[in-house]
Amino acid sequence: MTMIEAHGLARTFQAPHGEVTAVRGVDLTVEDGEIVGFLGPNGAGKTTTLRMLTTLLRPTAGTARVAGCDLLTDPVGVRRRIGYVAQGGGANPAEVVGNELLLQARLYGLSKAAAGPRIADLAERLGLGGLESRLVGSLSGGQRRRLDIALGLVHRPPLIFLDEPSTGLDPTSRNQLWDHIRGLRDELNATVFLSTHYLDEADALCDRILIMDQGAILVEDGPEELKNRVSGDAVTLEVSPEDVRTAEDVVVGLPTTRDVAVTGNTIRFRADHSSRSMVEFMRALDARAVDPVSIQIDRPTLDDVFLTLTGRQAGVAASVDAA
Amino acid sequence: MQTLRETLLVFENQLRFTFRYKITIVMGLVQPVLYLLLFGPLLTGLGDMGRPGDTWQTFVPGVLVYLALFGAGFCGFGIIADVRSGVIERLRVTPVSRFALLMGRVVREVTVLLVQSVIIVTVGLLLGLRANLLGILAALVLVVLLGIALASLSLSLGVALKSEDQFAPLLTSAALPVMLLAGILLPMSLAPTWLDVLSHVNPLRYVVDAIRDLFADHFATWAVLEGSVVGVVLAVVCVAVGMRTFAKENA
Repeated sequence: MTMIEAHGLARTFQAPHGEVTAVRGVDLTVEDGEIVGFLGPNGAGKTTTLRMLTTLLRPTAGTARVAGCDLLTDPVGVRRRIGYVAQGGGANPAEVVGNELLLQARLYGLSKAAAGPRIADLAERLGLGGLESRLVGSLSGGQRRRLDIALGLVHRPPLIFLDEPSTGLDPTSRNQLWDHIRGLRDELNATVFLSTHYLDEADALCDRILIMDQGAILVEDGPEELKNRVSGDAVTLEVSPEDVRTAEDVVVGLPTTRDVAVTGNTIRFRADHSSRSMVEFMRALDARAVDPVSIQIDRPTLDDVFLTLTGRQAGVAASVDAA
Repeated sequence: MQTLRETLLVFENQLRFTFRYKITIVMGLVQPVLYLLLFGPLLTGLGDMGRPGDTWQTFVPGVLVYLALFGAGFCGFGIIADVRSGVIERLRVTPVSRFALLMGRVVREVTVLLVQSVIIVTVGLLLGLRANLLGILAALVLVVLLGIALASLSLSLGVALKSEDQFAPLLTSAALPVMLLAGILLPMSLAPTWLDVLSHVNPLRYVVDAIRDLFADHFATWAVLEGSVVGVVLAVVCVAVGMRTFAKENA
């Protein structure tokens, strides 16, 4: 089953100085069981798109089916089948954790009796056990985030939206959170759609990445495919001084290499990512009796991908900020 | 049925906060009780105020409307924190009806208002107010209608403004002329023609006058009819405005 299918979803806002286009027309498809990520800098239109898909914002153009219901004609049906965790969360800091979860469960139609075990299970799963009587405002950042996610899960939605889930968390909490997000799919069979401006997060979590910039999706692919497609591996080869010329000859002569640069005894270049090409490269060096001092191969990061696609470093804000 | 259940859930949740901060109910009562104790006696010396009924029958209804205006009318202040912490947005993603999201909170405000009104009327009776039970009950119905209207309006304003810094000055500056033009402290029957005409623009004036007639045991009057119609229309319109705000921008 297709979980999200959107066509030409767009949103413009009225601003004092005229119309601002936050999202220009997004087409996307998310299949059941996928973890798909929206990656893009602040102001790319990620949150606006998420708010449209979760019925919080009416699109100015386009259509979508979300979790099997039409977004425009059956928003209540969509709301019943999705969970949404907003960027800043949605738990009431003045409320007690247990009450907040119970209220949420009951708002989704669960009886008090049915809500109890459901909440206990969820609290256990998300590492919130024993915190039920704590005030939400007194939780740590990581606990608070996990509570936000628990609130989005009480009704066991087949589809969950997470808007920049790890923003503001320390590295340990972040890693824990990633495990929990993977668990949503692996243990609860949920489809996860998340947005992030962290490349490593998209890389670590997502089966598929949609890169968004200035209100439009630039490219869509798996993290590995994206990396292969754009830059290839960065190879750093160090040789003894007398071998530099020969080694450079070898590198330039291979069909799988490019962007060769020599500084001192070090030769840097890009090579297509395949184990075959590295084997051939080593053989070619061997054939010319070059003995490398050291060799280092770096997989490209999504940073490289982003830079190549947009001409900008990720994290450098686009001109339109549509929060 | 579903909507009623949802409204009760929101109400129950809101009421828990009220009980946790009981002090706010008492604080809300301080000013109206002070008006009764320290201002009411001045009026008894004035004698006839240009309308039927004695001083307390004229003044206590004013204090009830004051309570609605400065209590329920200011409840939007409290929702701003919920807007900011994302609670409102979280509730709007649930399938709960927008009517329930609004009314759950409105009913809480009206409950508090009702409790306070009963206390005010009791204090009034102790001070010398004469009113029969039927009149008081009918008056409380009007107070409830006014409370529904003002609470809905105030909540929409809070959701729309999203900032205490804007909400507080806007509401305080609006509430004062509304209070004065309703003839809450002194009845508009004492006013010169131009002021009397001006005050008729203010819906609260009709409600105050209706409650005054009810306290004075005059049930079948134009003022009671006008006050009731204004009360109902005001409540319906303000709830509609409130629902629009809660549903705003929804898909």
